Amino acid sequence: MPPNSALNDQKARLLAEKALLIRQSIIEMLIEAKSGHTAGPLDMADIFTYLYFHALKHDPKNPSWTYRDRVILSNGHICPVLYATMAHAGYFPVAELKTLRKFGSKLQGHPHRDFLPALETSSGPLGSGLSQAVGMAIGERMDFGRTSSKQFVCLMSDGELDCGQNWEAIMLAGKEKLQNLTVFVDRNNIQIDGFTEDIMPLNPLAEKWRSFNWHVQEIDGHNFRAIDGAYTQALAVFDKPSVIIAYTIPSKGIPEFEKKYEWHGKPPTTPDEIATAREALHTMRTMGGMVRGEHE
Amino acid sequence: MISSSQNLNPKLFDTDVEQIPIRKGFGEGLLKAAELDKRIVGLCADLVESTQMHLFKQKFPDRYVEIGVAEQNLASVASGLAAMGKIPFITSYAMFSPGRNWEQIRTTICYNNQPVKIAGSHAGISVGPDGGTHQAVEDFAITRVIPRMVVISPCDAIEARKATLAIAKSKDPTYIRLAREKTPIITTEDSPFEIGKAQLLFAPTGDARADVGIIATGALVYKALKVAAELEKENKKVKVLNLSTIKPLDEDAVWRLAHETGAIVTVEEHQIAGGMGSSVAECLARHYPVPMEFIGVRDLFGQSGTPEELLGYYGMGEKDIKDAIKKVLLRKK
Repeated sequence: MPPNSALNDQKARLLAEKALLIRQSIIEMLIEAKSGHTAGPLDMADIFTYLYFHALKHDPKNPSWTYRDRVILSNGHICPVLYATMAHAGYFPVAELKTLRKFGSKLQGHPHRDFLPALETSSGPLGSGLSQAVGMAIGERMDFGRTSSKQFVCLMSDGELDCGQNWEAIMLAGKEKLQNLTVFVDRNNIQIDGFTEDIMPLNPLAEKWRSFNWHVQEIDGHNFRAIDGAYTQALAVFDKPSVIIAYTIPSKGIPEFEKKYEWHGKPPTTPDEIATAREALHTMRTMGGMVRGEHE
Repeated sequence: MISSSQNLNPKLFDTDVEQIPIRKGFGEGLLKAAELDKRIVGLCADLVESTQMHLFKQKFPDRYVEIGVAEQNLASVASGLAAMGKIPFITSYAMFSPGRNWEQIRTTICYNNQPVKIAGSHAGISVGPDGGTHQAVEDFAITRVIPRMVVISPCDAIEARKATLAIAKSKDPTYIRLAREKTPIITTEDSPFEIGKAQLLFAPTGDARADVGIIATGALVYKALKVAAELEKENKKVKVLNLSTIKPLDEDAVWRLAHETGAIVTVEEHQIAGGMGSSVAECLARHYPVPMEFIGVRDLFGQSGTPEELLGYYGMGEKDIKDAIKKVLLRKK
């Protein structure tokens, strides 16, 4: 089914500019932190931007607002994109992004809600975020029935679908027909040790989810109209949970790092790597040379 | 003699003492707690009747979630429900929850600080004929080590009901250990129960100073009491403490008992390593070291048999408790 996006050109352009800023923040954070993950945060920047700057009901000044939609990040290691998006959305100052992975920081190496209470859940160990999202969605339905407009959005990686617990949760969500639950799978085809189809083949991935009674869509995870069309359709599905398998380019934004699984779990640290990342930053700042960078 | 302040079962030492499974007290307590608080929800991994959650399920079907044989999901779904303001009780056999799903309990429940209540039934070696795969004798060790976790081990069905009502009101992630077999009723409705408080069930007549202190938990509290009563006839002075909360440890009660007696025997249906006795030893080593003997499983897996056969074979019978008392008294200076 082709995506039926309600995004106009102007909003799509605004989102693209915001995603660029968020990618810059991610790269700066990783260079500063000297540890962390590069590929996933960069490839999920567009989806996070779409959610926090267009789709979600949320209030950065009142993170515990009762009627907010819930975002559950299952693959906690891509938290630089979550932190950067939240900072740009106004949850905390952008300057704090530099404290990533430092002692006492709100921004723990993997998300911890003791340190950043605006998080819905702490995460890091793979494979348990979806279960929590399922529990939240069931809890909402117990209190407000099937017509509550509150959405539960779980973001997860493709690699973590190796974990059996996910399939326990997928089975339960299908059984419970959780129409208030939408999952984005970051289908970047990589995990720490290699390409997903070499480590543990997931394909045919869409068929797997479909056979567990989910509504399944496959999209280009860097196309805002496609993301919007799929999310809008997911909201309209009433008798099933929805999964949006988003095909993404790992390390999107740093051409030299793109698609290489070696960048799954490390940041740029050598002088050459940092230079490459900074060059990509410069290209982003200048919109590929179309405008002057702010320091030029 | 049994402590009058504890209002214990007057038929405690009768041959026809009433016996009820500890898990049954949990089931009744959960039903009562759920009637009082609509935030309470129940989740089970395909063992609803044997964990006694069926009473809750029958009364509140809309607040019950059947998870299937999926204990990892069980723990994390409960965490999600708690995040939405619920107080979830999850049940399975202790071997599988908190056994199989330990990391999910650590991360999604305790690290997240969610008030999930984990009831592990059929714990201990006395589950008997099912054999070693189903005999959870490591559950205290793996739960008490997790920050924020409260660990409860009731000595009978009445205490289990009170404990269930008490943990339903607390905000802490909690593990409550339940046993399958019928267990003699030690306490009454009027016996005191409080999370974090040990109860002195047996003391020498007339406030005499005791020579040895037994600290017991769970179904073996009854055996400890029987041993104490027998030794009393031989004019030996014994105190018995029921440690119904393993964590947080009632350090004051443990310290006082060690200070008075100078010799401690711990009694539990659990591996000696990492269990209740270890917790007592950690406390006494810091505050008041005294000779200790440990009744428990000595680094072994179980096997099929009747509860009595197994308790005898693995060193947790009444004779073993008596031997441990003799030994600790010899070591006492």
